Amino acid sequence: MSEGLTWTVYDADSMTAAEIYGEVLCQLAEEDERIVGLSADLAKSTKIGRFGDKYPERFFNAGIAEQNMFGMAAGLAKAGLVPFVSTMAVFTALRAAEQVRTDICYQNLNVKIIATHGGASFGQAGSTHHCTEDLAVMRSFANMTVIVPADGVETAAAVRACLKKDGPVYIRIGRGFEPTYYKNEDYGFEIGRAVTISEGTDITLICCGVCVLAAAEAARILAEDDGLSVRVLNMHTIKPLDEEAVLKAVIETRRIVTFEEHNVLGGLGSAVAEVIAKSGKGCAFEAVGIPDCFCHVGYPEDLYTHYGLDTDGILAKVREVMGKDFEEDEDWEDEI
Amino acid sequence: MALSQKRIDELCDIARGIREDIVDITAWAGGAHIGGALSVTDILVLLYWEVARVDPENPQNPDRDRVILSKGHAGVGYAPVLARKGYFDFGLLKDFNKFMSPFGMHLDSLKVKGVDVSTGSLGHGLPMAVGLALGARLRKKTWTTWCILGDGELNEGSIWEAAMAAAHYKLSNIVTFVDRNRLMIDGPTEEVMALEPLADKWKAYGFNVLSANGHDFAELHAAVEAARKHTTGPSVILADTVKGKGVGFMENEVKWHYGGLSSDLVEKAKESIRAEKAN
Ligand SMILES: Cc1ncc(C[n+]2csc(CCOP(=O)(O)OP(=O)(O)O)c2C)c(N)n1
Repeated sequence: MSEGLTWTVYDADSMTAAEIYGEVLCQLAEEDERIVGLSADLAKSTKIGRFGDKYPERFFNAGIAEQNMFGMAAGLAKAGLVPFVSTMAVFTALRAAEQVRTDICYQNLNVKIIATHGGASFGQAGSTHHCTEDLAVMRSFANMTVIVPADGVETAAAVRACLKKDGPVYIRIGRGFEPTYYKNEDYGFEIGRAVTISEGTDITLICCGVCVLAAAEAARILAEDDGLSVRVLNMHTIKPLDEEAVLKAVIETRRIVTFEEHNVLGGLGSAVAEVIAKSGKGCAFEAVGIPDCFCHVGYPEDLYTHYGLDTDGILAKVREVMGKDFEEDEDWEDEI
Repeated sequence: MALSQKRIDELCDIARGIREDIVDITAWAGGAHIGGALSVTDILVLLYWEVARVDPENPQNPDRDRVILSKGHAGVGYAPVLARKGYFDFGLLKDFNKFMSPFGMHLDSLKVKGVDVSTGSLGHGLPMAVGLALGARLRKKTWTTWCILGDGELNEGSIWEAAMAAAHYKLSNIVTFVDRNRLMIDGPTEEVMALEPLADKWKAYGFNVLSANGHDFAELHAAVEAARKHTTGPSVILADTVKGKGVGFMENEVKWHYGGLSSDLVEKAKESIRAEKAN
């Protein structure tokens, strides 16, 4: 449950995820003097500038120097402050990867990273600004918590939750223009606990980020048009992963497809696959995302369509998986 | 030899045309880094029409000079230069930013003819220039590596790591420009992360430091000539420029780092560019 006065202070319909983040951070900072902010010449673009405008003495612009910025954040955390750091995902997870790993994660410091422009959300900018590797990288850093909110509302919930969790947290959002799924924060966001968007017994779609809204819509259509019972999980926390929810899906639906705005290697799909493999139970599985290539140039909506991450893509993938008759395989029934 | 007035006038005409192209492409693209593209235009025009050894007929000519637009976000200003030089058809730029276009905001060396190095993440150009220059020396090639840096980009430590290496290896076959327009995204360079005394910094790193008005072809050209005469190490030309140059309402306006243009604004911008000629 969301606590305090918080979740009515922004208007999710007229604000982007990044703007909501900026707003929520300002509120939190009012109550918690340990909070400081950092950006690397992207204060405006990432919206942490809102915090900077309100608390100029608690905000540090590192200039275009991401490695230095994450080192500075580590120092500030060592000094007892709680740095919120924002730049684009690619300059966080790749450019400054070692500072994040060695300065922040290795020392288990209380640094909260809100990385924007994740996945292909800045599609027009090309591969230098896409980031389809961050979940793989961040997930492999010990001590790190990795969250991919479904939309702006969930971003607000995640930002609040990360402050209560000691240690480093990586929250990956888009460019901020994505449509929202949630109406308010009152649905019980909890780090490490998947949210069931719809119950189902035929197949489970495990999603994060923009794919949550698309999958919810697909599930509704599949129920109406195909008579399918589709479970949709919003797996906002990639690490620690809600293994219980995955195992339940393995046993109760026997088919799992993951959808994420990330390389199919190393992210949500891989995390889910690890749990399935460990379980020793039979389960049809597919991971949908960017198929281990550098993503095309284009507006994000076009790219989501191309890579099968929009509602139509999800519908097609579910129909394909449901059409396979692996249930006829001899030992399918014995596996459980 | 100094440039003739006639040649300077020709270069000015070409630059005005490129600036109009930038306005058009920005409108087609739905948005682009127009401010920093307009500030770097004259440097690119001087390179491509006057001083760099380029071969549009044979973009992979092994003896060509290498050009690295390290401030890769100015791709919207680089693409029309390459098109007007004949590397590809200008009409292709109507698809700038669009789905599966070879042209994203930051040009991709595998997709766009004439682009030697993919850039867009700041602070990568000068290190690659050092590699190209070392490679030229090793392979006994005479090409020059030209590298264009943003001033905000100089915040990146990798630039100074590369500067140290360029001087260490005495790479006189590198000529670097700094597009010193004094603005980055969050504000003026001196307010966000102060760079001055900038010439002293480059000197301390072992560079031959030259300066020029980055919109004056005679001065830019003279600086390049001086850089070429310096044979004991790398040179840097600090080019004083104006972000948004040529479009009155964009000049020195930080908000025009990145933007889109409605058809009204396209006309207004072009009028402004043409009016400069009258003055
Ligand atoms: C490593 C990296 N960090 C951040 C960015 C985002 N970014 C794009 S342009 C820009 C400002 C560049 O300023 P400057 O180098 O002065 O270029 P100009 O003002 O000439 O456009 C920033 C921060 C980037 N492209 N690369």
